[in-house]
Amino acid sequence: MKEAFKGRVWKLGDDIDTDIIIPTQFLALKTVEDMKKYAFNPLRPELAAQIQPGDIIVAGKNFGCGSSREQAPEILAALKISCIIAKSYARIFYRNAFNNGLLLLENNELYDCCREGDEVSVQLENSQVLLGEKSFEVASIPTDLLQMVEAGGLVPFMRKRNGK
Amino acid sequence: MGYTLAEKIIMRNTKRSSVTAGELLNVNVDKVMVHDIFAPFVVEKFREMGFEKVWNPDKIVFVYDHLVPTSFIEDFRHHKIADAFAAEQHIKAVHRADGVCHQLMPELRYVVPGQVVFGTDSHTTTYGAIGSFSTGIGYTEMAAIFGTGQLWIKVPPTLKFTIDGELPNGVYSKDIILRILGDIGADGGTYKALEFGGSTIKGLSISSRMTLSNMAVEAGAKVGLIEPDEKTFAFSGVEGSQFQDLKSDPDANYEKVFHYDASNFKPVVACPSNVDNISDVEALLGTKIDQGFIGSCTNGRFEDLEVAAKILKGRKIAPFTKLIVTPASRSIYAEAAKAGIIGILVEAGAIMNPPACGLCCGRSGGIVSDGERVIATNNRNFLGRMGSPKSEIFLASPATVAAAALEGKIVDPRKYL
Repeated sequence: MKEAFKGRVWKLGDDIDTDIIIPTQFLALKTVEDMKKYAFNPLRPELAAQIQPGDIIVAGKNFGCGSSREQAPEILAALKISCIIAKSYARIFYRNAFNNGLLLLENNELYDCCREGDEVSVQLENSQVLLGEKSFEVASIPTDLLQMVEAGGLVPFMRKRNGK
Repeated sequence: MGYTLAEKIIMRNTKRSSVTAGELLNVNVDKVMVHDIFAPFVVEKFREMGFEKVWNPDKIVFVYDHLVPTSFIEDFRHHKIADAFAAEQHIKAVHRADGVCHQLMPELRYVVPGQVVFGTDSHTTTYGAIGSFSTGIGYTEMAAIFGTGQLWIKVPPTLKFTIDGELPNGVYSKDIILRILGDIGADGGTYKALEFGGSTIKGLSISSRMTLSNMAVEAGAKVGLIEPDEKTFAFSGVEGSQFQDLKSDPDANYEKVFHYDASNFKPVVACPSNVDNISDVEALLGTKIDQGFIGSCTNGRFEDLEVAAKILKGRKIAPFTKLIVTPASRSIYAEAAKAGIIGILVEAGAIMNPPACGLCCGRSGGIVSDGERVIATNNRNFLGRMGSPKSEIFLASPATVAAAALEGKIVDPRKYL
């Protein structure tokens, strides 16, 4: 896991549910690569094609609420979003995200201060997110969890741990 | 500054002198439960992760309850895979037809106060009633615990519910939790710990407390905790002096504290199709009912069958109305039979189902059709939960369900008590 990275902001609102992230109708597609084209389809159908590797999603409260489908964090990881910074997350999505190699950070103020297209800089080492001159504190993530995100999620992390 | 009960249990587990809500840390898992539905997936992920041996076979419990007795030809595959894995890994705790997982885990003392426990089922929160930090997780994470014995958690903030005074006649812990769900909403506890306390909670039996903790997850909560006391220690067969740290501090940092006066509670019902769509029984009098269901990990215990028998004794349920009764475990079933309760229920017209999940998860034993209306003691009334999406489910206490079965419509149970 890179200790510091920059990314361009895509801004989404409150209560982005897992049906918005990946609607049920696309869950039957064979691969995550097929599915990822439909990320956020009900809300912003053009968005998935515009997201570039390394981009950052900044959102409001309760991101990932709704069903427990693990495909939601899986397709965001497949789009190579470097992290999500939201005010809060729904519990099951939160765990599923880390287990699928997707980094989630929490901050209450950034959302109201940034605009779409801004560049933010994430510094994991000192738990800061920088937007221009302003800095925002995020809760620190234990090294173990960062290593899991770096490995690509729980299954590869465990395989690596087990020397497979 | 003091600590909440959730924080105290986490501190005990991690041997830390302080923890803060929002902090992420690794816990040492004391016990895990996997039920038959997810067993094959856990086994598959465990192998995919490259593990060969489980971290501790004595800390793993398999319970077959969702597919017991089997209803479809493929169901047995789940039991076969779990049986083979248990034999290979020397896991001795395999319950093939003894009852619902969330009843068995505390009843058989697999879970005791102060432990950190995970299960592949959302209602794992039930064990919070005996002071265990317990919650549901996915099968991928369960596979990782099988291999490592550890899991990361986020220390949850706590909502405290203090309930004091005496509950009125005909009002039960189910009415308390439904009312709380109505007040805070189905997402009012997301990621949080709920902590229930006060003189009313102290006065409740362990069975009644389990109803509260069981439904904590219906508010999105991670755990639903109750401070262990003498009743808990006796139930769990442990020495209370070893658990004196499991008390929340008066100056603990609660996100919010709710106070309720027990005398204000009434019999209530969760109306279709949300658990937080709460109405007083009085507002629904006369609503026609086709089927009653008394059972599940929420309300299938001895005292639940006992109150139903009290109402149904010497009476017959209404014509064209069905009443399904499912004891939560084999031992509850046997005890109720010995006490004459089962005889009373059967003579009143009840259909006895074996102790398992059955109708509660919509898998077997009383599946409903278009237009049918059910009043039930379990924990979810989601669309189609018990069969047809065109059926309707109301949730209530065992007394309210028994009284409704008697008259074929929603009535005030207090007239029979």
